[in-house]
Amino acid sequence: MAIRERLSGNEAIATAMKQINPDVVAAFPITPSTEVPQYFSTFVADGAVDTEFVAVESEHSALSACVGASAAGGRTMTATSANGLALMWEVLYIASSLRLPIILACVNRTLSGPLNIHNDHSDSMGARDSGWIQIYSENNQEAYDNMLMASRIAEHPDVLLPVMVCQDGFITSHAIENIDLVEDSKVKDFVGEYVPDMYLLNKENPIAVGPLDHFTHCFEHKRQQAEAMKIAKKVILQVSEEFSRLTGRNYSLFEEYMTQDAEVVTVVLNSTAGTAKYVVDQLRAQGKKVGLIKPRVFRPFPVDELATALSRFKAVAVMDKAESFNAAGGPLYTDITSALYSKGVFGPKLVNYIYGLGGRDVKADDIEFVYNQLLEITGTGKVDSVFNYLGVRE
Amino acid sequence: MGKVVEIRWHGRGGQGAKTASLLLADAAFNTGKFIQGFPEYGPERMGAPITAYNRISDTRLTIHSNIYEPDYVVVVDDTLLTTVDVTSGLKENGAIIINTTKSPDEVKPQLKGYKGKVCTIDARTISIDTLGRYFPNTPMLGAVVKVSGVMNQDEFLKDMVGSFKHKFAKKPEVVDGNIKALERSMQEVKGL
Repeated sequence: MAIRERLSGNEAIATAMKQINPDVVAAFPITPSTEVPQYFSTFVADGAVDTEFVAVESEHSALSACVGASAAGGRTMTATSANGLALMWEVLYIASSLRLPIILACVNRTLSGPLNIHNDHSDSMGARDSGWIQIYSENNQEAYDNMLMASRIAEHPDVLLPVMVCQDGFITSHAIENIDLVEDSKVKDFVGEYVPDMYLLNKENPIAVGPLDHFTHCFEHKRQQAEAMKIAKKVILQVSEEFSRLTGRNYSLFEEYMTQDAEVVTVVLNSTAGTAKYVVDQLRAQGKKVGLIKPRVFRPFPVDELATALSRFKAVAVMDKAESFNAAGGPLYTDITSALYSKGVFGPKLVNYIYGLGGRDVKADDIEFVYNQLLEITGTGKVDSVFNYLGVRE
Repeated sequence: MGKVVEIRWHGRGGQGAKTASLLLADAAFNTGKFIQGFPEYGPERMGAPITAYNRISDTRLTIHSNIYEPDYVVVVDDTLLTTVDVTSGLKENGAIIINTTKSPDEVKPQLKGYKGKVCTIDARTISIDTLGRYFPNTPMLGAVVKVSGVMNQDEFLKDMVGSFKHKFAKKPEVVDGNIKALERSMQEVKGL
């Protein structure tokens, strides 16, 4: 039986970490992810876990400590937000290229400047090419579930890549909501023991980690890393299937909501997808054929699956909570247009909305406006403006 | 979709409006509801105006925006009436509950013509009488449960005994005072 609880998103992440009981957690506090190591360090102090908690002096050191611990053979986790993630930058690439299955709870926050503690996706979107698997979470339940699945995905011998579990800072990280927890023993069985094949503390089979890797081999290593990212897609689906048998909660690469006969959809990540569901319900009650696609796995990007899913609709609005400053749409939009083009899908009319930057609240009315724009496009067959901003004062 | 009750709290940093919204979420959760309790974070300064929110529903909540058309507004500090537009979007079939020594008729002129129910509660006196110090959040919690009828009052009081025992495990002497504060505010709230 699931345990009925009410937790904030940060409490949910910390609870998952407690149940997993990793070998090492190294973290440095930054709003809004601070509560994760804060709660977790109390579990350490109370003896609820036997994790080695490393309090470091910066995020660069936090992830460096994780790299060391993971290479040594330990199951390793951290948490951060915004500039903390930015300070981890060079180590992000090292962790993924050394194929270390570190888990990072990313509580999405606007990257400075100007200084802003609130939510958008500029932090994790900037890290999209760093070789980390990225999984996004609509609410506390998904953050918890994704955290439980993350170790299984990261540590799979065909993957061996770090995983970032993202959720919206404050909006879900600090909101108390209902959640169903899995019993400790079931989590333990599901996540299992971490038994690395090769690790530094194995004196029977000594290895070197991170030595010089010039033009004779580096390309092959990058090629293997890219292949692992491809394989990760299958492994994510396998682990999600197993998780569904355990909990009854279904996860895939993305969620489709009310899409069966939909003519128009929005594509949106994290908490705003929940608000979009609310709006879809209201518009459906008025007979409007609207739906939602909520990407869960952003890296690896589900190119084939998204292109196939989106090919059925007349008009699609891709919503980005990050600005790429490329003068041509946000990161989710450019990936989706690229997916559609490379799969030969030219049917749906596509528009992009940049929304909610710096924590600007996203209202149901805002999302309703987007659906009405899409319905207008299906009527006229014309797109007046591809690149748009939602809820900004011009 | 079932009926969703939306509540907006206005307080000042340090008065416990956020804690009160989380306690309300807890209590509603314990009576089987789906809940949201979340503060709007700004510069975290003692005394600065803060806002917190609750949604309480019989069905799962997916919306993740702030609340613009609340059913109820709770004002934990009546000095906010002159600086914050507390009745903004407040539904006329809802109510505003204000911590003040004044009567509902006395505060009405400050509410920009709000036509719905205006309730007042002297949370300061109740808090000082029952707890010995000024913690307005417990009396305000009692008042909002009474005025909104969002949950069964007896179940609420019973549940709060458990919550307070848990919350104040290291200070059991304040549990009775907090329960008394809830009971008194539920009896003394004016304008019902």
